[in-house]
Formats: sequence, structure tokens, C-alpha cells
Amino acid sequence: MLVMLVFVFILAMFLGLELISKVPSQLHTPLMSGSNAISGITIVGALIAAGTVENETVSTILGMCAVAFATINVVGGYLVTDRMLAMFKQKDKGSQS
Amino acid sequence: MRESLIDLSYIAASVLFILGLKMLSSQQTARRGNVVSAVGMAIAVVATLLRQDMAFGYIIAGAAVGGLIGGIAALRVPMTSMPEFVALFNGFGGIASLLVGWAAYQQRVGPWAAGEAIPGDPPVWYLAAAIYVTLLIGGVTFSGSLVAYAKLAGRISGKPILFRGQHLVNGALVLVALGCGVMYVLNPAGVYPLFVLAVIIALGLGVLTAIPIGGADMPVIICLLNSYSGLAACASGFVISNNVLIVSGSLVGASGIVLTKIMCKAMNRSLTNVLFGGLGVSGGKTSVAVQGEAKPITAEDAYYVLEAASSVVFVPGYGMAVAQAQHVVRELGEILEENGAEVKYAIHPVAGRMPGHMNVLLAEANVPYEQLVEMDDINPVIDTVDVAIVIGANDVVNPAAREDEGCDIYGMPIINVDYAKTCFVLKRSLASGFAGVDNPLFFRENTRMLFGDAKVSVQALVTQFKET
Repeated sequence: MLVMLVFVFILAMFLGLELISKVPSQLHTPLMSGSNAISGITIVGALIAAGTVENETVSTILGMCAVAFATINVVGGYLVTDRMLAMFKQKDKGSQS
Repeated sequence: MRESLIDLSYIAASVLFILGLKMLSSQQTARRGNVVSAVGMAIAVVATLLRQDMAFGYIIAGAAVGGLIGGIAALRVPMTSMPEFVALFNGFGGIASLLVGWAAYQQRVGPWAAGEAIPGDPPVWYLAAAIYVTLLIGGVTFSGSLVAYAKLAGRISGKPILFRGQHLVNGALVLVALGCGVMYVLNPAGVYPLFVLAVIIALGLGVLTAIPIGGADMPVIICLLNSYSGLAACASGFVISNNVLIVSGSLVGASGIVLTKIMCKAMNRSLTNVLFGGLGVSGGKTSVAVQGEAKPITAEDAYYVLEAASSVVFVPGYGMAVAQAQHVVRELGEILEENGAEVKYAIHPVAGRMPGHMNVLLAEANVPYEQLVEMDDINPVIDTVDVAIVIGANDVVNPAAREDEGCDIYGMPIINVDYAKTCFVLKRSLASGFAGVDNPLFFRENTRMLFGDAKVSVQALVTQFKET
């Protein structure tokens, strides 16, 4: 089990390095805010901590705070990235897109 | 059955994240890529909510608050504030992971103290180590990001803050953190205060990482913190043994590492040098005294030169963001195009305060994507350019980086605007840039200084064109 997790981790790291090297510098800011939103995936852990019934109160409350922060990250990150990318336009396609 | 469905959904989510990032590598597909990635996130969230024995009260409360804050912030933040926005959000990712680790610990500390193991848990030493790492990375990310945010937003001085023995303090803190870690892993249920101490140390380390970094080095620290926020999520994935967290966390971690490397390369400095060098505090040294007289030019004379130019390149820097000049720059660019000139915007990788900062501002001002060119594409043809207009950039066009081996920024690749036939520099004064290095560009034969606020100067040029 543990070995599997490490295995996945290392493969994903390499995949990430490959993928990101191909992003042109013009798109680096949206890349950062978009990947920021992805790092909000910790919301999965937060939901489990805040929602699992048998958890004790303190850990539920810690989980709830984690849900709040992770949600800010996810919602804000995706929205702002979309706002930014909507502005990157090509000339011919006009200004309304 | 339900378990397998949830696991399959996590795989789907991971695939969508990867596809989304892949689509970000082209401008045509980037926006859809972001949506694809968001769908992946939605799937992961829904799948998690489908777990057995979930209570939704606290979840709804947390998500409502977070969604509201995140949504409003994202819709209202002006594009010029993007760097501090991203910095702050990195921090939120970090603190969320820290809290996930803490919650996991809180839930187990009782049973562990009683010598019981929670059924289905991996070995205690492993869980404790994963929790501890999550805590450290999350804490450093959080406090480091808050400092970066405060610097970028101008809440605290953007200058590097260095004090005597800083490295010693850092080193000592790292050692204490490691020591606590070992003690904690050996006896995780023993001393709760040790855990709290570790949180405090992590927060302190974050602050100490970020304060020595200032001004033009900010892109590096933002990228680094971006990477940390991903690694924190990844570490929390080890805590709850969840592959989707590990995959997406490492993707973000890798992304931040790649960007950090690109930024360092664009400044010809090593990461260690950026993190510990404190560029700009020593006052910046140049081996050759810069001599000569700067030649000022009026907007009217500049207009005559531009009117006759058949190719113009704008080179924006952080000053353009400060002056909020991007819209009027685009207006001037359009006028020049109508006048028959070929107009381009050359963007140095570290111009501004975060990677791609200038691109976002120009895109906001409706500058077409094709007109934005990278440094490596403009430099080979720069000598055919009639006029290069430098707006609020300094170090990234400083020929000393190419010529003066003794200067602080020697070796940093620059946009060679001094090779253009004429170069206009829009600037408030002859002061040196962030690195504190004098700029011989201002005194070149083919350089003309257009003094004043960038926005006002460009506006004056636009007016000249309109009146005639």
C-alpha cells in the first residue's frame, strides 16, 4: 500500500514536469492560478475530516476550517483563471468571446 | 461497490486534471482546459460526499463560507493585483492541508495513547510521519505566502529584510523541526505540545523564508510557494492514503518547480542565491562607472520619430503595472498599427512580479495574443526595429548585464533594446532598478528619455497622434 502511494507520487511528479515544461511563458500566470486551484484538492481530505460521523468534535471543527480554506482555493482559483483566460484572445476572433 | 465507484471517480478526476493541464499549453485550448480541470475537481468532491456515514452540517458551513469568499475575491480582484492574489491563495492551500493533517492527528491521538489502532489505518509510525510532513510544508506555505502577499500588496516593505545570523536561525529552526519530528514519530501520542510547537516552528520558518526576498525576486518565491502548496496537498494525500491527492498535489508541486527553475534561469541566478542572496541590499555594484548624459525628449519630438517608424516594440515592466498604463499603451499600439507600423510587445520572463504578469495585463487591455513575443524571439530581430519603447522596465533591459562582468546582474539574459535603431525609455527619473545597478542604457547614443509618469507620457503621445 505505502509503496504504491510512493510509486504514484513519483510517476505523477515526472508527468507534471513533462506537462508543465510545454506551457508557453505567456500562459504562466493562468497556469499558476489554475494549478493553485488544483492544489485545493486537499478539500477531499477536509471533507472526510469534517463529515465523517464518528469523528470527535475538535477534529470535525478543524476539518470544517480546512473545508472553508480549500473551498476558497478551489472556487477562487478556477474562477479567476477562467476570467484571465477569457482575456487571452486572438485578433481575428473579435473582442466578444 | 460504493467504495470502488468512489475510487474510480478519483481516477477520473486525476485524468481530468492531467488533461486540463495539458490543454493549458496552448492558448486555443487553455480556457477549456481550465473547465476540464474544474470538472475533475467537482467529480472528486461529489465522490467524497458519497462516502458512507457522512454528516453534512459542518461541510455545508465550511463550504458556504469558503465559496462565498473565494467567489467574490475571484470576481473582484483587479488584474494588476494578480501576484498578491495568487500568493494569498497559495497560502490558503497550505493552511487547508495543515488543518487536514491536524484533524487526522486529533482524531487518532486518543486511541493511540490508549494503545489502540484505528481499523484500516496504515502503521502508526508512517501515519505520524506523514502528518508531520504535511504540517511542516503546510505551515511554511501558509506563513510564507502571507508574507509574500503582504509584500506584494504593499502592506509591508517590499525590500529584502536580512538580519545578522539569519542563516543560523534558519538552520537552528530546521534542526529543531527535524528533532521534534523524530520525537513525534517515535511517540506520536505522547506529547501534544510537541505537535503545537512544530506548527509554530513551521510558521516561523515560512516567515523567515519569505522576508529576505524582495522586489524583482518575488516571482521566484511565488513559484516556490506554489510548488509547496501542491506538495502540502500531496503530503496530506499520504495521510489519508488517497491517490487523487497525491497525483494532483505532485502535479502542482512539479509545476511550481518548473516555474521556479525558469524564473531563476531568466535571472541567471541559482535558487540558493535568490533565497539567501538578498539582492539589492548591498546597493548594487558596477565595476565601470556609468558616464554620459541622458538625452531627454519631449512627447512632440517622440511623436515625430514614432510617426516615421515602421516597426515598434514595447517592452513593459513592473512600472507599467504600477502606473496602470496597459490600456493607454494598447491604444498607442493600435494607433501605430493604423499608421502602418508593425507593433509587438516583447516580454521578459521575469518582467513584473510573477511569471506571465505582463501578459495578463496586456491581455486585459485587449492586446491580441499574437503580438506578445518572448525575449528569445525578439532579440534576433531587434536590430531591425525602428523604435523600442521601454515602459517601466529597467533591469531586464540593462546592457550592463551583457557587458559589465563586475556588475551584480551580469549574465542575466536581457532584451537588447539598445540594439534597436532608437530606444525610448519612459521613466520617472534616472534612478536604478530593483537590483540597484545603474543602467548605461539611459546614456546610450540612440536612447531618448521620456521623463514622467508612464501613463501620462503614453497618453501625451496618443494625443499627439490624434491631433495631427
